[in-house]
Amino acid sequence: MNVQAWTFVMVALSFALYIGIAIWSRARSTGDFYVAAAQVSPVVNGMATAAGWMSAASFISMAGLIAFMGRDGSVYLMGWTGGYVLLALLLAPYLRKFGKYTVPDFVGDRYYSQVARIVAVICAIFISFTYVAGQMRGVGIVFSRFLGVGINTGVVIGMGIVFFYAVLGGMKGITYTQVAQYCVLIFAFLVPAIFISLFLTGNPIPQLGFGAVLTDGSGVYLLDRLDGLGRELGFATYTDGQKGMLDVFFITAALMAGTAGLPHVIVRFYTVPKVWQARSSAGWALLFIALLYTTAPAVAAFARANLLTTVSNTPYREVPSWFTNWEATGLIQFEDKNGDGIIQYTGPASDIPNELTIDRDIIVLANPEIAGLPDWVTGLVAAGGLAAALSTAAGLLLVISSSIAHDLVKKTIRPSITEKRELLIARITAGVAVIISGYLGINPPGFVGEVVALAFGLAASSFFPAILLGIFSKRMNSHGAVSGMIAGITFTSLYIAYFKFLHPELNTAEHWWLGVSPEGIGTIGMALNFLVAWVVAAFTEPPPLEIQQFVEEIRVPRKS
Amino acid sequence: MQSSGEKREYWKRNLTYVGALLAIWFLVSFGFGILLVEPLNRVRIGGFKLGFWFAQQGSMYVFVILIFVYVRLMNRLDRAYDVHERDEQEDAT
Repeated sequence: MNVQAWTFVMVALSFALYIGIAIWSRARSTGDFYVAAAQVSPVVNGMATAAGWMSAASFISMAGLIAFMGRDGSVYLMGWTGGYVLLALLLAPYLRKFGKYTVPDFVGDRYYSQVARIVAVICAIFISFTYVAGQMRGVGIVFSRFLGVGINTGVVIGMGIVFFYAVLGGMKGITYTQVAQYCVLIFAFLVPAIFISLFLTGNPIPQLGFGAVLTDGSGVYLLDRLDGLGRELGFATYTDGQKGMLDVFFITAALMAGTAGLPHVIVRFYTVPKVWQARSSAGWALLFIALLYTTAPAVAAFARANLLTTVSNTPYREVPSWFTNWEATGLIQFEDKNGDGIIQYTGPASDIPNELTIDRDIIVLANPEIAGLPDWVTGLVAAGGLAAALSTAAGLLLVISSSIAHDLVKKTIRPSITEKRELLIARITAGVAVIISGYLGINPPGFVGEVVALAFGLAASSFFPAILLGIFSKRMNSHGAVSGMIAGITFTSLYIAYFKFLHPELNTAEHWWLGVSPEGIGTIGMALNFLVAWVVAAFTEPPPLEIQQFVEEIRVPRKS
Repeated sequence: MQSSGEKREYWKRNLTYVGALLAIWFLVSFGFGILLVEPLNRVRIGGFKLGFWFAQQGSMYVFVILIFVYVRLMNRLDRAYDVHERDEQEDAT
């Protein structure tokens, strides 16, 4: 069997599994649909959270990003895991105690204000659509590279699958398919990593192989070899940082707070039965996430080393077959500038012009081929990439559908609606959202990559402070919270829009305010939110007594 | 249900735990992985420079441990102040 046949088998098997689970676990009530009737065990919920959290970006793009960024890649590693500490210690247990269905639910009830609720609904929908478009795109790329169908057909197939289990099963179906998807994606990520670690360093554990001596007989450590090769070819030293320290600090903080404020992550903690389980479930989620996240930087270093040694200074006629395969997709480009037929792959500090362009997204997908692993591993990686993209897409679609059916229709427009109607509306909205996100996947707005920064910035500068203050400050009132959210969102989105859309040519360190990049500005937006909220709350009347009691109530686990 | 004084005490203990654990959280990530990365890089453990290791490995291990420590501390605290959730079938904590 060749790569394509293996990929087909792996993908078909995994899809059959998801569909089977969806049929077995379909939703019967709105409680089932929104929060799986709050009956999910913490370990299962942790696994589902991990799958929902790790998107196509984590699975496909992150290791590649790190391979090209070196130490600076740690902003993603620390930022996207450190947020779970904030979630577990500051948000998850209290939101579980509050025990309703959505994030706007909490904001609306705690701040006794429909304005606050609607601001929250808009943020939730915007953040989720931003994200889901990227997932659908990832699905399309995997299909087109490995199964030889067009990107558009790939997106349509992906839409069909998500439609089936998200619309039918709601949160219940999503939870159990996400568990299966986690198993597929982690297996697919670890298998090639272990093989490559063994080949390069003789150590089967990638996290240790990362810091081990190479097996080529040189007695040199992998990371020292990378630093040396980098210097030789004019790239930055792998274990050194290129970004300013302040910027790295702010980006990491924005990603952490953004992670803790993302609605599709928070809502997962409504699905466990008890408060202590919400705490431990965040721990399990992070454990399952860390399994991939601590492997990713090792994969990045292995891939970088393989790439520099196999491609650089190789005659073009003798390149391995993976090189020509990916060249066909346009994601690898070779331009023989000096006409010597040899690939010169060099960095900005070298005198020799660089002749090779490599898209960062192919690192994980091409890794098994680069390392010469058997074809079934490549098929497995394709199925893993799809699992990562589909599981995240489903969680996001649910946020969109519950925001509209529950927060907008039930809580704002028509409170008299029956549960059966609400469930129907939730299903229809989920269906419509699948179609819109599929459309966005086929016709991606040019700015999908850019708006991810916006999504995290917005979550960090809006939800995170509003929820945190709602729990830890009894004095915080609706005026403070609403003006804080609006100030944070406005500042952050204007800053990002200015550098990403209005004046992309100015998007360099010397023009940034205080040297903070658009990726890191959410941290300042968050600080602004806190500041405005405190000042406004200090000059307006405290929240009503029943709200202060509500805060007292969510701080203790037992119902009184 | 317990008095409001006891509730306040419970909340204060919780805040102490959260504060202490977040201090460690800050130290290993923002401290060792970002602010102190260069001086720590002068120390080597095997093939790793220590600052680099904290930035790409160590901080994440500590994060996982921190959450489970918090879970244990709070489970004990909930019981000590008798605010844990009771159930028909006793939960395994």
